[in-house]
Amino acid sequence: MNEFNHYSFGISILEITYIIASVLFILGLKKLSHPLSARRGNTLAAIGMGLAILATILFHQKDGKPIGNIGFIAAAIVIGTIIGWMIAKKVKMTAMPQLVSFFNGMGGAAAALISMMEFPHVSPDLIASSGMANGHVLAILLGLVIGTVSFSGSMVAFGKLDGKVGDLRIKSMKFVNLAILIFIVAFVVFIMSSDVESSSEMLPFMYVLFGVSVLYGVLFVMPIGGADMPVVISLLNSFTGIAAAMGGFLYNNLAMLTGGILVGSAGTILTVLMCRAMNRSLLNVIVGVFGGGEESSVSVTGSVKEITLSDAAVLLSFSRKVVIVPGYGLAVAQAQHICHELDKVLEEKGVEVKYAIHPVAGRMPGHMNVLLAEADVPYEQLIESEEINPDLPNTDVVVVIGANDVVNPAAEDDPSSPIYGMPIIKARNARNIIVMKRGMGKGYAAIENMLFYNEKCRMLFGDAKSTLQNLVNEVKSL
Amino acid sequence: MENILQFIYVHREMIFLVILSIFLGIEVISHVPAILHTPLMSGANAIHGVVIIGAIIVMGHAETTGSMILGFLAVVLGTLNVVGGFVVTDRMLEMFKRKK
Repeated sequence: MNEFNHYSFGISILEITYIIASVLFILGLKKLSHPLSARRGNTLAAIGMGLAILATILFHQKDGKPIGNIGFIAAAIVIGTIIGWMIAKKVKMTAMPQLVSFFNGMGGAAAALISMMEFPHVSPDLIASSGMANGHVLAILLGLVIGTVSFSGSMVAFGKLDGKVGDLRIKSMKFVNLAILIFIVAFVVFIMSSDVESSSEMLPFMYVLFGVSVLYGVLFVMPIGGADMPVVISLLNSFTGIAAAMGGFLYNNLAMLTGGILVGSAGTILTVLMCRAMNRSLLNVIVGVFGGGEESSVSVTGSVKEITLSDAAVLLSFSRKVVIVPGYGLAVAQAQHICHELDKVLEEKGVEVKYAIHPVAGRMPGHMNVLLAEADVPYEQLIESEEINPDLPNTDVVVVIGANDVVNPAAEDDPSSPIYGMPIIKARNARNIIVMKRGMGKGYAAIENMLFYNEKCRMLFGDAKSTLQNLVNEVKSL
Repeated sequence: MENILQFIYVHREMIFLVILSIFLGIEVISHVPAILHTPLMSGANAIHGVVIIGAIIVMGHAETTGSMILGFLAVVLGTLNVVGGFVVTDRMLEMFKRKK
Protein backbone atom coordinates (compact mmCIF):
# COMPACT_ATOMS: atom_id res chain seq x y z
CA MET A 1 0.00 0.00 0.00
CA ASN A 2 2.83 2.38 -0.72
CA GLU A 3 1.55 5.31 -2.73
CA PHE A 4 4.98 6.10 -4.05
CA ASN A 5 5.09 2.88 -6.01
CA HIS A 6 2.54 4.33 -8.35
CA TYR A 7 3.84 7.88 -8.38
CA SER A 8 3.62 9.51 -11.75
CA PHE A 9 3.25 12.92 -13.30
CA GLY A 10 -0.45 12.28 -13.88
CA ILE A 11 -1.12 11.47 -10.23
CA SER A 12 0.33 14.76 -9.06
CA ILE A 13 -1.68 16.68 -11.66
CA LEU A 14 -4.77 14.81 -10.42
CA GLU A 15 -4.14 15.66 -6.77
CA ILE A 16 -3.42 19.31 -7.61
CA THR A 17 -6.65 19.46 -9.58
CA TYR A 18 -8.52 18.04 -6.58
CA ILE A 19 -7.04 20.75 -4.38
CA ILE A 20 -8.10 23.42 -6.88
CA ALA A 21 -11.57 21.86 -7.10
CA SER A 22 -11.92 21.86 -3.30
CA VAL A 23 -10.92 25.52 -3.14
CA LEU A 24 -13.44 26.33 -5.88
CA PHE A 25 -16.19 24.49 -3.96
CA ILE A 26 -15.46 26.50 -0.84
CA LEU A 27 -15.23 29.80 -2.74
CA GLY A 28 -18.41 28.90 -4.60
CA LEU A 29 -20.35 28.22 -1.41
CA LYS A 30 -19.01 31.43 0.10
CA LYS A 31 -19.99 33.53 -2.90
CA LEU A 32 -23.37 31.84 -2.97
CA SER A 33 -24.06 33.52 0.34
CA HIS A 34 -24.15 37.05 -1.11
CA PRO A 35 -26.86 38.10 -3.56
CA LEU A 36 -24.53 39.92 -5.94
CA SER A 37 -21.83 37.28 -6.17
CA ALA A 38 -24.09 34.23 -5.89
CA ARG A 39 -24.24 33.47 -9.58
CA ARG A 40 -20.46 33.64 -9.94
CA GLY A 41 -20.16 31.36 -6.94
CA ASN A 42 -22.30 28.76 -8.63
CA THR A 43 -20.22 29.02 -11.79
CA LEU A 44 -16.99 28.66 -9.81
CA ALA A 45 -18.22 25.50 -8.12
CA ALA A 46 -19.32 24.13 -11.48
CA ILE A 47 -15.87 24.82 -12.95
CA GLY A 48 -14.30 23.02 -9.98
CA MET A 49 -16.55 20.05 -10.63
CA GLY A 50 -15.74 20.00 -14.33
CA LEU A 51 -11.99 20.06 -13.62
CA ALA A 52 -12.27 17.28 -11.05
CA ILE A 53 -14.26 15.06 -13.42
CA LEU A 54 -11.92 15.65 -16.35
CA ALA A 55 -8.79 15.05 -14.29
CA THR A 56 -10.24 11.85 -12.84
CA ILE A 57 -10.93 10.43 -16.29
CA LEU A 58 -7.50 11.40 -17.60
CA PHE A 59 -5.19 10.75 -14.68
CA HIS A 60 -6.81 8.49 -12.12
CA GLN A 61 -5.02 5.22 -11.44
CA LYS A 62 -5.99 2.27 -9.31
CA ASP A 63 -3.11 -0.08 -8.54
CA GLY A 64 -1.28 1.40 -11.50
CA LYS A 65 -4.15 0.87 -13.91
CA PRO A 66 -5.65 3.93 -15.61
CA ILE A 67 -9.38 4.49 -16.06
CA GLY A 68 -10.83 2.14 -18.68
CA ASN A 69 -14.21 1.99 -20.43
CA ILE A 70 -13.74 5.63 -21.35
CA GLY A 71 -16.20 5.40 -24.23
CA PHE A 72 -18.95 4.19 -21.92
CA ILE A 73 -18.12 6.79 -19.31
CA ALA A 74 -18.28 9.56 -21.91
CA ALA A 75 -21.60 8.20 -23.19
CA ALA A 76 -23.01 8.10 -19.66
CA ILE A 77 -21.90 11.66 -19.00
CA VAL A 78 -23.43 12.88 -22.27
CA ILE A 79 -26.74 11.16 -21.49
CA GLY A 80 -26.80 12.53 -17.94
CA THR A 81 -25.92 16.02 -19.16
CA ILE A 82 -28.65 16.14 -21.79
CA ILE A 83 -31.36 14.83 -19.47
CA GLY A 84 -30.25 16.97 -16.51
CA TRP A 85 -29.95 20.08 -18.65
CA MET A 86 -33.37 19.63 -20.20
CA ILE A 87 -35.15 18.97 -16.93
CA ALA A 88 -33.42 21.89 -15.22
CA LYS A 89 -34.24 24.31 -18.03
CA LYS A 90 -37.84 23.25 -18.52
CA VAL A 91 -39.22 22.99 -15.02
CA LYS A 92 -41.33 25.85 -13.68
CA MET A 93 -39.96 27.88 -10.82
CA THR A 94 -42.81 26.76 -8.57
CA ALA A 95 -41.65 23.17 -9.00
CA MET A 96 -38.16 24.02 -7.78
CA PRO A 97 -38.32 22.19 -4.43
CA GLN A 98 -39.25 18.84 -5.94
CA LEU A 99 -36.58 19.31 -8.57
CA VAL A 100 -33.87 19.83 -5.95
CA SER A 101 -35.24 16.76 -4.21
CA PHE A 102 -35.09 14.77 -7.45
CA PHE A 103 -31.47 15.69 -8.25
CA ASN A 104 -30.56 15.00 -4.65
CA GLY A 105 -32.03 11.52 -4.96
CA MET A 106 -29.93 10.89 -8.06
CA GLY A 107 -26.76 11.74 -6.14
CA GLY A 108 -27.81 9.45 -3.31
CA ALA A 109 -28.49 6.61 -5.74
CA ALA A 110 -25.08 7.09 -7.36
CA ALA A 111 -23.42 6.87 -3.93
CA ALA A 112 -25.39 3.72 -3.10
CA LEU A 113 -24.44 2.09 -6.42
CA ILE A 114 -20.76 2.79 -5.81
CA SER A 115 -20.96 1.06 -2.43
CA MET A 116 -22.80 -1.89 -3.93
CA MET A 117 -20.10 -2.41 -6.51
CA GLU A 118 -17.20 -1.94 -4.11
CA PHE A 119 -18.60 -4.22 -1.41
CA PRO A 120 -17.64 -7.58 -2.98
CA HIS A 121 -14.17 -6.26 -3.86
CA VAL A 122 -12.76 -5.42 -0.45
CA SER A 123 -9.12 -6.49 -0.58
CA PRO A 124 -8.67 -10.03 0.82
CA ASP A 125 -5.44 -8.92 2.51
CA LEU A 126 -7.35 -6.36 4.49
CA ILE A 127 -9.95 -8.95 5.55
CA ALA A 128 -7.22 -11.44 6.43
CA SER A 129 -5.49 -8.93 8.66
CA SER A 130 -8.43 -7.22 10.33
CA GLY A 131 -11.59 -9.12 9.38
CA MET A 132 -14.66 -7.28 8.16
CA ALA A 133 -14.45 -4.80 11.02
CA ASN A 134 -12.34 -2.22 9.26
CA GLY A 135 -12.85 1.37 8.17
CA HIS A 136 -13.05 0.41 4.52
CA VAL A 137 -16.08 -1.83 5.02
CA LEU A 138 -17.65 0.72 7.35
CA ALA A 139 -17.30 3.47 4.71
CA ILE A 140 -18.89 1.19 2.10
CA LEU A 141 -21.82 0.22 4.32
CA LEU A 142 -22.44 3.76 5.54
CA GLY A 143 -22.29 5.03 1.95
CA LEU A 144 -24.81 2.36 1.00
CA VAL A 145 -27.25 3.03 3.84
CA ILE A 146 -27.07 6.83 3.77
CA GLY A 147 -27.10 7.05 -0.03
CA THR A 148 -30.05 4.68 -0.29
CA VAL A 149 -32.10 6.41 2.40
CA SER A 150 -31.37 9.71 0.67
CA PHE A 151 -32.47 8.25 -2.65
CA SER A 152 -35.72 6.64 -1.62
CA GLY A 153 -36.54 9.48 0.77
CA SER A 154 -35.93 12.10 -1.92
CA MET A 155 -38.11 10.23 -4.38
CA VAL A 156 -40.99 10.14 -1.89
CA ALA A 157 -40.45 13.85 -1.10
CA PHE A 158 -40.45 14.53 -4.83
CA GLY A 159 -43.71 12.63 -5.27
CA LYS A 160 -45.34 14.37 -2.33
CA LEU A 161 -44.37 17.87 -3.41
CA ASP A 162 -45.55 17.07 -6.89
CA GLY A 163 -48.87 15.92 -5.47
CA LYS A 164 -48.42 12.36 -6.71
CA VAL A 165 -47.98 10.77 -3.30
CA GLY A 166 -50.23 11.44 -0.34
CA ASP A 167 -49.45 11.47 3.35
CA LEU A 168 -49.49 8.27 5.28
CA ARG A 169 -49.98 8.77 8.97
CA ILE A 170 -50.25 6.00 11.43
CA LYS A 171 -49.76 6.57 15.11
CA SER A 172 -47.35 3.71 15.55
CA MET A 173 -45.23 4.87 12.63
CA LYS A 174 -42.55 6.44 14.75
CA PHE A 175 -41.96 3.20 16.62
CA VAL A 176 -41.79 1.26 13.37
CA ASN A 177 -39.26 3.75 12.01
CA LEU A 178 -37.22 3.65 15.17
CA ALA A 179 -37.24 -0.15 15.06
CA ILE A 180 -36.04 -0.17 11.45
CA LEU A 181 -33.30 2.29 12.29
CA ILE A 182 -32.11 0.09 15.15
CA PHE A 183 -32.27 -2.93 12.84
CA ILE A 184 -30.08 -1.15 10.27
CA VAL A 185 -27.46 -0.31 12.87
CA ALA A 186 -27.53 -3.84 14.23
CA PHE A 187 -27.26 -5.30 10.74
CA VAL A 188 -24.24 -3.15 9.92
CA VAL A 189 -22.61 -4.40 13.12
CA PHE A 190 -23.55 -7.97 12.17
CA ILE A 191 -21.98 -7.72 8.71
CA MET A 192 -18.84 -6.14 10.10
CA SER A 193 -18.40 -8.70 12.85
CA SER A 194 -18.91 -11.71 10.58
CA ASP A 195 -16.01 -14.11 10.14
CA VAL A 196 -15.43 -14.53 6.40
CA GLU A 197 -12.50 -14.79 4.04
CA SER A 198 -14.00 -12.67 1.31
CA SER A 199 -16.53 -9.86 1.51
CA SER A 200 -18.43 -11.32 -1.42
CA GLU A 201 -19.67 -14.09 0.89
CA MET A 202 -21.72 -11.43 2.64
CA LEU A 203 -23.25 -10.14 -0.58
CA PRO A 204 -26.81 -11.41 0.09
CA PHE A 205 -26.75 -9.62 3.44
CA MET A 206 -25.69 -6.42 1.73
CA TYR A 207 -28.76 -6.65 -0.48
CA VAL A 208 -30.92 -7.09 2.60
CA LEU A 209 -29.33 -3.97 4.05
CA PHE A 210 -30.04 -2.15 0.80
CA GLY A 211 -33.68 -3.26 0.80
CA VAL A 212 -34.24 -2.23 4.41
CA SER A 213 -32.60 1.15 3.71
CA VAL A 214 -34.98 1.76 0.80
CA LEU A 215 -37.86 0.93 3.11
CA TYR A 216 -36.55 3.22 5.81
CA GLY A 217 -36.20 6.14 3.38
CA VAL A 218 -39.80 5.68 2.25
CA LEU A 219 -41.27 5.27 5.72
CA PHE A 220 -39.16 8.11 7.06
CA VAL A 221 -40.54 10.69 4.63
CA MET A 222 -44.03 9.22 4.17
CA PRO A 223 -45.65 10.55 7.36
CA ILE A 224 -44.01 13.96 7.22
CA GLY A 225 -46.48 16.68 6.39
CA GLY A 226 -46.02 19.34 3.77
CA ALA A 227 -44.97 22.05 6.18
CA ASP A 228 -41.93 20.03 7.17
CA MET A 229 -40.93 19.08 3.65
CA PRO A 230 -38.25 21.77 3.23
CA VAL A 231 -36.57 20.54 6.38
CA VAL A 232 -36.61 17.00 5.06
CA ILE A 233 -35.16 17.96 1.69
CA SER A 234 -32.41 19.93 3.35
CA LEU A 235 -31.68 16.99 5.64
CA LEU A 236 -31.59 14.51 2.76
CA ASN A 237 -29.33 16.94 0.93
CA SER A 238 -26.80 16.76 3.74
CA PHE A 239 -27.24 12.95 3.84
CA THR A 240 -26.14 12.72 0.23
CA GLY A 241 -23.19 14.95 1.07
CA ILE A 242 -22.14 12.51 3.80
CA ALA A 243 -22.66 9.54 1.46
CA ALA A 244 -20.37 11.23 -1.09
CA ALA A 245 -17.78 11.82 1.63
CA MET A 246 -17.84 8.07 2.41
CA GLY A 247 -16.72 7.58 -1.17
CA GLY A 248 -13.92 10.01 -0.40
CA PHE A 249 -12.77 7.74 2.44
CA LEU A 250 -13.07 4.71 0.23
CA TYR A 251 -10.91 6.04 -2.59
CA ASN A 252 -8.69 8.32 -0.53
CA ASN A 253 -10.19 11.00 -2.71
CA LEU A 254 -9.87 14.48 -1.27
CA ALA A 255 -12.24 16.22 -3.68
CA MET A 256 -15.05 13.83 -2.77
CA LEU A 257 -14.23 14.13 0.89
CA THR A 258 -14.17 17.93 1.12
CA GLY A 259 -17.10 18.41 -1.27
CA GLY A 260 -19.22 15.85 0.55
CA ILE A 261 -18.40 16.98 4.06
CA LEU A 262 -18.91 20.66 3.18
CA VAL A 263 -22.39 19.91 1.91
CA GLY A 264 -23.03 17.57 4.82
CA SER A 265 -22.21 20.17 7.44
CA ALA A 266 -23.65 23.15 5.59
CA GLY A 267 -26.83 21.19 4.88
CA THR A 268 -27.16 20.15 8.51
CA ILE A 269 -26.81 23.74 9.69
CA LEU A 270 -29.34 24.90 7.12
CA THR A 271 -31.68 22.17 8.36
CA VAL A 272 -31.27 23.31 11.95
CA LEU A 273 -31.88 26.94 10.95
CA MET A 274 -35.07 25.90 9.20
CA CYS A 275 -36.25 23.85 12.16
CA ARG A 276 -35.65 26.85 14.36
CA ALA A 277 -37.72 29.03 12.03
CA MET A 278 -40.60 26.62 12.55
CA ASN A 279 -39.90 26.07 16.22
CA ARG A 280 -39.37 22.34 15.90
CA SER A 281 -36.50 20.20 17.00
CA LEU A 282 -34.65 18.14 14.44
CA LEU A 283 -35.27 14.95 16.41
CA ASN A 284 -38.96 15.69 16.34
CA VAL A 285 -38.86 16.00 12.56
CA ILE A 286 -36.88 12.78 12.14
CA VAL A 287 -38.76 10.54 14.53
CA GLY A 288 -41.96 12.46 15.03
CA VAL A 289 -45.12 12.41 13.04
CA PHE A 290 -46.11 15.95 12.25
CA GLY A 291 -48.14 17.96 9.85
CA GLY A 292 -51.64 18.31 11.17
CA GLY A 293 -54.31 15.77 11.75
CA GLU A 294 -54.73 16.85 15.35
CA GLU A 295 -57.81 18.88 16.09
CA SER A 296 -57.16 22.22 17.67
CA SER A 297 -58.89 22.76 20.99
CA VAL A 298 -59.89 26.31 20.08
CA SER A 299 -63.39 26.42 18.69
CA VAL A 300 -64.18 28.72 15.86
CA THR A 301 -66.15 31.80 16.85
CA GLY A 302 -67.43 34.62 14.73
CA SER A 303 -67.94 34.53 11.02
CA VAL A 304 -66.02 35.24 7.89
CA LYS A 305 -66.71 38.56 6.18
CA GLU A 306 -66.16 39.14 2.49
CA ILE A 307 -65.11 42.31 0.72
CA THR A 308 -66.01 43.35 -2.81
CA LEU A 309 -63.36 44.10 -5.40
CA SER A 310 -64.21 47.78 -5.59
CA ASP A 311 -64.13 48.18 -1.81
CA ALA A 312 -60.75 46.46 -1.73
CA ALA A 313 -59.46 48.72 -4.50
CA VAL A 314 -60.62 51.85 -2.66
CA LEU A 315 -59.19 50.65 0.63
CA LEU A 316 -55.80 49.96 -0.95
CA SER A 317 -55.63 53.13 -3.04
CA PHE A 318 -56.26 55.40 -0.08
CA SER A 319 -53.81 53.69 2.22
CA ARG A 320 -50.43 55.06 3.11
CA LYS A 321 -48.72 51.79 3.82
CA VAL A 322 -49.55 48.38 2.39
CA VAL A 323 -47.81 45.12 3.16
CA ILE A 324 -48.29 42.12 0.89
CA VAL A 325 -47.85 38.65 2.41
CA PRO A 326 -47.33 36.21 -0.45
CA GLY A 327 -47.71 32.48 -0.01
CA TYR A 328 -47.51 29.37 -2.08
CA GLY A 329 -51.04 29.97 -3.38
CA LEU A 330 -49.72 33.02 -5.20
CA ALA A 331 -47.00 30.94 -6.80
CA VAL A 332 -49.32 28.10 -7.79
CA ALA A 333 -51.64 30.54 -9.52
CA GLN A 334 -48.55 31.98 -11.31
CA ALA A 335 -49.74 35.34 -10.00
CA GLN A 336 -46.37 36.82 -9.03
CA HIS A 337 -46.20 39.02 -12.14
CA ILE A 338 -49.67 40.47 -11.76
CA CYS A 339 -48.98 40.93 -8.05
CA HIS A 340 -45.99 43.08 -8.95
CA GLU A 341 -48.24 45.07 -11.26
CA LEU A 342 -50.59 45.73 -8.35
CA ASP A 343 -47.73 47.06 -6.26
CA LYS A 344 -46.60 49.27 -9.14
CA VAL A 345 -50.04 50.88 -9.68
CA LEU A 346 -50.36 51.41 -5.94
CA GLU A 347 -46.92 53.01 -5.75
CA GLU A 348 -47.92 55.33 -8.57
CA LYS A 349 -50.76 56.46 -6.35
CA GLY A 350 -48.27 57.21 -3.57
CA VAL A 351 -48.86 54.08 -1.51
CA GLU A 352 -45.80 52.54 0.08
CA VAL A 353 -45.82 48.82 -0.74
CA LYS A 354 -43.62 46.20 0.93
CA TYR A 355 -43.58 42.43 0.79
CA ALA A 356 -43.36 40.48 4.03
CA ILE A 357 -41.48 37.26 3.42
CA HIS A 358 -41.78 34.50 5.97
CA PRO A 359 -38.68 32.26 6.13
CA VAL A 360 -40.71 29.21 5.11
CA ALA A 361 -43.11 30.92 2.70
CA GLY A 362 -43.52 28.81 -0.40
CA ARG A 363 -42.14 25.34 -0.15
CA MET A 364 -38.53 26.06 0.76
CA PRO A 365 -36.82 28.86 2.64
CA GLY A 366 -36.15 31.62 0.18
CA HIS A 367 -38.42 30.03 -2.40
CA MET A 368 -40.74 33.05 -2.34
CA ASN A 369 -37.80 35.38 -2.97
CA VAL A 370 -36.90 33.42 -6.06
CA LEU A 371 -40.48 33.54 -7.33
CA LEU A 372 -40.83 37.27 -6.74
CA ALA A 373 -37.44 37.93 -8.28
CA GLU A 374 -38.72 36.05 -11.32
CA ALA A 375 -41.46 38.69 -11.53
CA ASP A 376 -38.85 41.48 -11.26
CA VAL A 377 -39.85 42.66 -7.79
CA PRO A 378 -36.75 44.55 -6.55
CA TYR A 379 -35.36 42.74 -3.57
CA GLU A 380 -35.14 45.96 -1.54
CA GLN A 381 -38.92 45.66 -1.34
CA LEU A 382 -38.78 42.20 0.23
CA ILE A 383 -38.67 42.39 4.01
CA GLU A 384 -38.15 39.44 6.33
CA SER A 385 -40.93 38.80 8.80
CA GLU A 386 -38.95 39.66 11.91
CA GLU A 387 -38.10 43.07 10.50
CA ILE A 388 -41.60 43.89 9.31
CA ASN A 389 -43.50 42.78 12.42
CA PRO A 390 -42.77 45.93 14.51
CA ASP A 391 -43.98 47.99 11.57
CA LEU A 392 -47.32 46.24 11.14
CA PRO A 393 -49.36 48.23 13.71
CA ASN A 394 -48.65 51.31 11.52
CA THR A 395 -49.65 49.50 8.39
CA ASP A 396 -53.00 50.38 6.88
CA VAL A 397 -53.64 47.16 5.00
CA VAL A 398 -52.04 43.76 5.03
CA VAL A 399 -52.87 41.79 1.91
CA VAL A 400 -52.45 38.06 2.40
CA ILE A 401 -52.26 36.32 -0.97
CA GLY A 402 -52.41 32.55 -0.92
CA ALA A 403 -50.63 32.34 2.43
CA ASN A 404 -52.16 30.71 5.46
CA ASP A 405 -50.05 29.09 8.16
CA VAL A 406 -47.44 31.86 8.21
CA VAL A 407 -50.05 34.37 9.41
CA ASN A 408 -51.96 32.00 11.69
CA PRO A 409 -52.27 33.53 15.16
CA ALA A 410 -52.64 30.01 16.61
CA ALA A 411 -48.84 29.97 16.58
CA GLU A 412 -49.03 32.54 19.39
CA ASP A 413 -52.33 31.78 21.09
CA ASP A 414 -52.97 28.06 21.05
CA PRO A 415 -50.44 25.84 22.85
CA SER A 416 -52.21 22.75 21.50
CA SER A 417 -51.68 23.80 17.90
CA PRO A 418 -49.01 21.91 15.97
CA ILE A 419 -47.55 25.19 14.80
CA TYR A 420 -47.52 26.74 18.29
CA GLY A 421 -44.33 28.70 18.78
CA MET A 422 -43.56 29.11 15.10
CA PRO A 423 -42.62 32.74 14.38
CA ILE A 424 -45.34 34.29 12.23
CA ILE A 425 -46.05 37.46 10.34
CA LYS A 426 -48.33 39.26 12.80
CA ALA A 427 -50.87 40.30 10.21
CA ARG A 428 -53.57 40.78 12.82
CA ASN A 429 -51.74 43.83 14.19
CA ALA A 430 -52.40 45.79 11.03
CA ARG A 431 -55.36 48.17 10.79
CA ASN A 432 -57.03 46.18 8.02
CA ILE A 433 -56.48 42.73 6.63
CA ILE A 434 -57.48 41.46 3.21
CA VAL A 435 -57.09 37.74 2.61
CA MET A 436 -57.13 36.42 -0.94
CA LYS A 437 -57.95 32.76 -1.05
CA ARG A 438 -59.54 30.27 -3.35
CA GLY A 439 -61.93 29.07 -0.67
CA MET A 440 -62.08 28.28 3.00
CA GLY A 441 -59.69 25.35 2.67
CA LYS A 442 -57.05 24.92 5.30
CA GLY A 443 -53.36 25.62 4.82
CA TYR A 444 -50.56 23.17 4.33
CA ALA A 445 -50.41 22.34 8.02
CA ALA A 446 -54.15 21.55 7.81
CA ILE A 447 -55.22 23.65 10.76
CA GLU A 448 -57.92 26.27 11.22
CA ASN A 449 -56.80 29.88 10.88
CA MET A 450 -58.49 32.24 13.35
CA LEU A 451 -57.16 35.25 11.48
CA PHE A 452 -59.92 34.84 8.91
CA TYR A 453 -62.51 35.30 11.68
CA ASN A 454 -60.82 38.44 13.01
CA GLU A 455 -63.14 41.45 12.81
CA LYS A 456 -60.52 43.48 10.94
CA CYS A 457 -60.26 40.78 8.32
CA ARG A 458 -62.06 40.71 4.99
CA MET A 459 -61.95 37.83 2.53
CA LEU A 460 -61.57 38.14 -1.22
CA PHE A 461 -62.33 34.72 -2.62
CA GLY A 462 -61.18 33.50 -6.01
CA ASP A 463 -58.16 32.42 -7.99
CA ALA A 464 -55.24 34.67 -7.06
CA LYS A 465 -54.33 35.52 -10.63
CA SER A 466 -57.73 36.60 -11.92
CA THR A 467 -58.65 38.29 -8.66
CA LEU A 468 -55.43 40.31 -8.72
CA GLN A 469 -55.99 41.17 -12.37
CA ASN A 470 -59.48 42.48 -11.57
CA LEU A 471 -58.12 44.34 -8.58
CA VAL A 472 -55.45 46.03 -10.70
CA ASN A 473 -58.12 47.12 -13.19
CA GLU A 474 -60.29 48.48 -10.37
CA VAL A 475 -57.39 50.42 -8.85
CA LYS A 476 -56.45 51.85 -12.25
CA SER A 477 -59.99 53.01 -12.95
CA LEU A 478 -60.29 54.89 -9.67
CA MET B 1 -11.03 -1.72 19.21
CA GLU B 2 -7.50 -2.17 17.93
CA ASN B 3 -8.86 -1.93 14.38
CA ILE B 4 -10.67 1.29 15.08
CA LEU B 5 -7.63 2.88 16.64
CA GLN B 6 -5.53 1.76 13.74
CA PHE B 7 -8.07 3.12 11.30
CA ILE B 8 -8.03 6.48 13.03
CA TYR B 9 -4.24 6.51 13.00
CA VAL B 10 -3.98 5.60 9.32
CA HIS B 11 -6.60 8.12 8.32
CA ARG B 12 -5.66 10.86 10.78
CA GLU B 13 -5.10 13.43 8.06
CA MET B 14 -8.47 12.73 6.52
CA ILE B 15 -10.18 12.93 9.88
CA PHE B 16 -8.43 16.23 10.46
CA LEU B 17 -9.71 17.41 7.10
CA VAL B 18 -13.24 16.24 7.86
CA ILE B 19 -13.32 18.15 11.13
CA LEU B 20 -12.01 21.34 9.53
CA SER B 21 -14.45 20.97 6.63
CA ILE B 22 -17.35 20.63 9.05
CA PHE B 23 -16.45 23.91 10.72
CA LEU B 24 -15.89 25.54 7.35
CA GLY B 25 -19.31 24.43 6.10
CA ILE B 26 -21.01 25.78 9.21
CA GLU B 27 -19.08 29.04 9.04
CA VAL B 28 -19.87 29.64 5.37
CA ILE B 29 -23.58 28.93 5.75
CA SER B 30 -24.27 30.86 8.92
CA HIS B 31 -23.93 34.22 7.16
CA VAL B 32 -26.37 33.48 4.39
CA PRO B 33 -29.44 35.72 4.19
CA ALA B 34 -32.75 33.85 4.06
CA ILE B 35 -33.39 35.10 0.53
CA LEU B 36 -30.56 32.90 -0.72
CA HIS B 37 -31.49 29.75 1.18
CA THR B 38 -33.14 28.04 -1.75
CA PRO B 39 -30.39 28.76 -4.31
CA LEU B 40 -27.84 27.79 -1.68
CA MET B 41 -29.52 24.48 -0.98
CA SER B 42 -29.65 23.86 -4.69
CA GLY B 43 -25.99 24.85 -5.14
CA ALA B 44 -24.90 22.59 -2.29
CA ASN B 45 -27.00 19.88 -3.88
CA ALA B 46 -24.97 20.23 -7.06
CA ILE B 47 -21.68 20.10 -5.14
CA HIS B 48 -22.41 16.73 -3.56
CA GLY B 49 -22.70 15.54 -7.12
CA VAL B 50 -18.93 15.15 -6.66
CA VAL B 51 -19.93 11.56 -5.95
CA ILE B 52 -19.70 11.21 -9.74
CA ILE B 53 -15.92 10.92 -9.33
CA GLY B 54 -16.44 7.70 -7.40
CA ALA B 55 -18.84 6.53 -10.10
CA ILE B 56 -16.22 7.20 -12.78
CA ILE B 57 -13.62 5.30 -10.76
CA VAL B 58 -15.78 2.15 -10.36
CA MET B 59 -16.92 2.34 -13.95
CA GLY B 60 -13.32 2.80 -15.08
CA HIS B 61 -12.32 -0.44 -13.41
CA ALA B 62 -15.48 -2.45 -14.03
CA GLU B 63 -14.87 -5.82 -15.64
CA THR B 64 -18.08 -7.84 -15.54
CA THR B 65 -21.18 -6.92 -17.52
CA GLY B 66 -23.16 -6.53 -14.31
CA SER B 67 -20.77 -4.01 -12.83
CA MET B 68 -20.56 -2.22 -16.17
CA ILE B 69 -24.32 -1.73 -16.16
CA LEU B 70 -24.38 -0.55 -12.55
CA GLY B 71 -21.38 1.71 -13.15
CA PHE B 72 -22.97 3.19 -16.24
CA LEU B 73 -26.12 3.89 -14.25
CA ALA B 74 -24.08 5.47 -11.44
CA VAL B 75 -22.28 7.80 -13.85
CA VAL B 76 -25.57 8.84 -15.51
CA LEU B 77 -27.23 9.54 -12.15
CA GLY B 78 -24.18 11.40 -10.85
CA THR B 79 -24.09 13.55 -13.97
CA LEU B 80 -27.81 14.28 -13.58
CA ASN B 81 -27.10 15.49 -10.06
CA VAL B 82 -24.17 17.68 -11.14
CA VAL B 83 -25.54 19.19 -14.34
CA GLY B 84 -29.14 19.51 -13.20
CA GLY B 85 -28.03 20.99 -9.89
CA PHE B 86 -25.77 23.66 -11.33
CA VAL B 87 -28.09 24.60 -14.20
CA VAL B 88 -31.13 24.97 -11.97
CA THR B 89 -29.16 27.04 -9.44
CA ASP B 90 -27.97 29.29 -12.23
CA ARG B 91 -31.53 29.69 -13.44
CA MET B 92 -32.65 30.79 -9.99
CA LEU B 93 -29.78 33.20 -9.53
CA GLU B 94 -30.24 34.72 -12.94
CA MET B 95 -33.36 36.32 -11.54
CA PHE B 96 -31.52 38.11 -8.78
CA LYS B 97 -29.83 40.43 -11.25
CA ARG B 98 -30.14 44.06 -10.26
CA LYS B 99 -32.19 45.98 -12.76
CA LYS B 100 -31.19 49.42 -13.97
